[in-house]
Amino acid sequence: MTGAQILLECLKREGVQVIFGYPGGQVLPLFDKLYDSEIKFILVRHEQGSAHAADGYARATGKAGVCIATSGPGATNLVTGIANAYMDSIPMIAITGQVKSHLIGNDAFQEADVTGITRPITKHNYLVKDVKDLARIVREAFFIATTGRPGPVVIDIPSDIQMQDTEFIWPETVSIRSYQPTYFGHPGQVKKAAKLISNAKKPLLYIGGGIISSGASLVLRELAEKINTPVTWTMMGIGAFPATHKLSLGMLGMHGTAYANHAVTASDLIIAAGARFDDRVTGRIDAFAPKAKIIHIDIDPSSISKNVRVDIPIVGDAKNILGELLEQVKTIPDTLEWLKTIEGFKKKFPLKYSKEGSKIKPQYVIEQLDEATKGDAVITTEVGQNQMWATQWYKYNHPRTFISSGGLGTMGFGFPAAMGAKLGCPDKQVIDIAGDGSIQMNIQELATCVCNKINVKVFILNNGYLGMVRQWQELFYKRRYAHTCISGPDFVKLAESFGAVGIRVTKKEDVRPAIEKALSIENTVFVDFHIEPEENVFPMVPAGEAINQMIEGLA
Amino acid sequence: MKHTISVLVENKFGVLARVAGLFSARGYNIASLAVSETLDPSVSYMTIVVDAKDEKILEQIEKQLNKLIDVITVTDFTKKEHVERELILVKVGYPAKDKAKLEALVKNYVAKICQRKDDTVIIEAVGEQEQIKQLLEGLSKFGVKELIRTGKIAMA
Repeated sequence: MTGAQILLECLKREGVQVIFGYPGGQVLPLFDKLYDSEIKFILVRHEQGSAHAADGYARATGKAGVCIATSGPGATNLVTGIANAYMDSIPMIAITGQVKSHLIGNDAFQEADVTGITRPITKHNYLVKDVKDLARIVREAFFIATTGRPGPVVIDIPSDIQMQDTEFIWPETVSIRSYQPTYFGHPGQVKKAAKLISNAKKPLLYIGGGIISSGASLVLRELAEKINTPVTWTMMGIGAFPATHKLSLGMLGMHGTAYANHAVTASDLIIAAGARFDDRVTGRIDAFAPKAKIIHIDIDPSSISKNVRVDIPIVGDAKNILGELLEQVKTIPDTLEWLKTIEGFKKKFPLKYSKEGSKIKPQYVIEQLDEATKGDAVITTEVGQNQMWATQWYKYNHPRTFISSGGLGTMGFGFPAAMGAKLGCPDKQVIDIAGDGSIQMNIQELATCVCNKINVKVFILNNGYLGMVRQWQELFYKRRYAHTCISGPDFVKLAESFGAVGIRVTKKEDVRPAIEKALSIENTVFVDFHIEPEENVFPMVPAGEAINQMIEGLA
Repeated sequence: MKHTISVLVENKFGVLARVAGLFSARGYNIASLAVSETLDPSVSYMTIVVDAKDEKILEQIEKQLNKLIDVITVTDFTKKEHVERELILVKVGYPAKDKAKLEALVKNYVAKICQRKDDTVIIEAVGEQEQIKQLLEGLSKFGVKELIRTGKIAMA
């Protein structure tokens, strides 16, 4: 078999059903074999779109997403998408063509040092130098991408290697002596943690994306219910615990709920699982959970004690460790008073927005979408105000239903990610909640959607601004709106010119009917909601403040 | 404080770049670095001396190193009994009147003169940090013209 055939055979055996990509000179031998392959191939309109689509597919399905690009500019266009997957620990395989082996290092046409460029933004990467190594490398790449703390792996394959012939040997097992993730918690540590939980008066579960990647939602719920402990989550943890559950506190941090932030500040025991105490969560670090002991469960030892001091670190898989805790906690902590305090926070500091004025409020659009889809859609977002409103006003009750760029904060992520998610979950409504700024960053994927009949819906919260940056300028830069007023195309005509459907909504009363209509159309739909231009996202913890020092925003 | 860390890695191309990149990406400075093959040719041994402000940074360095797929083990020698050595080559002035003095000084160390020219000599010396420091102080009055150090290697 040739290298290209070996690669495709390996992908098939790894269970890959769809590949997102873009051809080019140094992947011609591979594309020639793709011509006959049974794996579905989605031709994107920009390589960045292929990386985000593979990422969105991975987030929606839990399987590794795969993208392919050619050497040089094809590969460098993947870079943002790879970094995005890396920051959010998403399993992804990015395959890049490389110039012929003998030309590497010669500044050949469309040559870039792809393993060099992607080294700090991948979990691991490979340059294939011998076709005999290819099958093993692909197998290792999937193993590394999907185990431990997941992440993207790049395989850079020179075009001559794609053409060379060798015997295909499928490695039945993978073993890497220097890579052995810890899955089970240290029994002594688990025991200590169980004891702390039993004695806590004000415990709080603080969970993140690790719950979703380890499939720990159910056991988390069992544990929370058993120990009567409220649950708050990071943006990456949205959906891991039902938002409508009585123990739910919603998201914490910069644009989290005020009651979650107050609960953290009042808590005497934080049980952190699969979350990494990111600065958007903690605010001013020395004021974060000042009264609490901290148990930190994470599969990545380097995440523990990186940002906050931890009393009981437990390295391992969240699902296993929460399960062990579920068994080990024999004495149930008495949290009755604590839950009353929390109820008080919820009553005193509810999530709210002003319903006055004739303009459409973005929060209202998302509330209506939540109702119309009964909280059962897959929502992707761009980055900025649209993203924060999507976290606050839609009630996510299932893992893998909220897909958003967390760590890297990549504008232009949501639309291609929605494409990937829709291919992974064809029976679900997939809606990208976008801003008029972000959607223009990868808008070319409209052609991909229409051409492949990927019926995603894009809800543009159009305020004519790069809204989040404008909000900061309003609050912290004396309303000097430096280059945040942004124009866009006529999104309706634009959608139509691509063969999609465009709907414009300018009146509040038209919001719900437009949503219903968009959801019923068997095509890609852009809905252009003209919203209150200077609406802000509240509550908000200003940068560098303690998380209980929030701007509430409403008089 | 300076810490000596040994890192056992897969002997593959690009591994040194991964390790070095980890330090540069996080703003940690490498004071010295020595790399070589081990008895097992599939494994390389790196001795890295890092200047870490506090324990927390050192802990992160160790954890981040361990996170690299090609890293097999990481050991911080600061916490355990070990032998460490550095080899230096130093070129110093060799005026006729000082010859005897210089040769006497060299004899006090694990050192020897390995090249003599008209007015300079190259001395090789091996030792612990403190011995090397003392030797260099002693040599300074002869006029040190050039100095090359291998960086520390260590074994427990």
